[in-house]
Amino acid sequence: MIAAIVLFATLGDLLLAAAMQRIDLDSIRARRGLPGASWAVVTDLRFLGGVLGMTCAFFSLLFALSHAELSLVGPASASLTFVTNAIAAKFFLKEDVDRRRWAAAVFVCLGVGLLTR
Amino acid sequence: MTLRRYLLLLTVAATAPLGDTLLALGMKQLGPVSLAHPTLLLHAIATPYVGFGIALLIGFFASYTAALSWADLTYVLPITSIGNVLIALLSRFFLHEQITPSRWLGIVLITMGVGFVASAKCHTDHDLAPGRHGSASGLRPSQAPPL
Repeated sequence: MIAAIVLFATLGDLLLAAAMQRIDLDSIRARRGLPGASWAVVTDLRFLGGVLGMTCAFFSLLFALSHAELSLVGPASASLTFVTNAIAAKFFLKEDVDRRRWAAAVFVCLGVGLLTR
Repeated sequence: MTLRRYLLLLTVAATAPLGDTLLALGMKQLGPVSLAHPTLLLHAIATPYVGFGIALLIGFFASYTAALSWADLTYVLPITSIGNVLIALLSRFFLHEQITPSRWLGIVLITMGVGFVASAKCHTDHDLAPGRHGSASGLRPSQAPPL
């Protein structure tokens, strides 16, 4: 259950970030206003894929919460998602994940694990 | 970074843990859901806690996608985790709950992690080629990630 949450959440985050980086919101908003910018976002295939991934992660979370404690599901899924997102962003989004960002991902991962235990 | 952007990140940080907490409360009230009856999950949406939780998570989603339009995923995610620290501190000082030493250590680690990225550049410049802004399609051709 936790693996499913992490997988879907990472996929959703990745596709959403790809969509939002690809769409030039400032330019579209300048020409077509906020409705035009919103339309450009919600009709982007990557964005829709991201929403689908997030939806699957959400229902996986609901299902997991009905069987296990939040104190287990919360830290496990949140911590793992930080690390899988950093790895995925490095390789798929080509983000500049320097030592500072790796350290942040690891520190936050450990911190969330300790905090929500 | 402008004040508006900091407020947006704060919204992302606060709405996610609050929404998750409300979802957990709602699902606890509902009890275990079997895979044989998945429609119970849809019924859960109509309960007040889950409903409010979803409303907060919609707010999270809107602010999160807006933040991703000007910042990297690996910048936004650690920053948003400060919400967990806010919840822990609020529960300590307003609800007078006990915070164990391991939780204090967790708060310190998250704060350090957020500090690492908050002071750095928030966006990767993949390629600042001409035409990045104002292309006819509204896309950033030179910045399009491989996905």
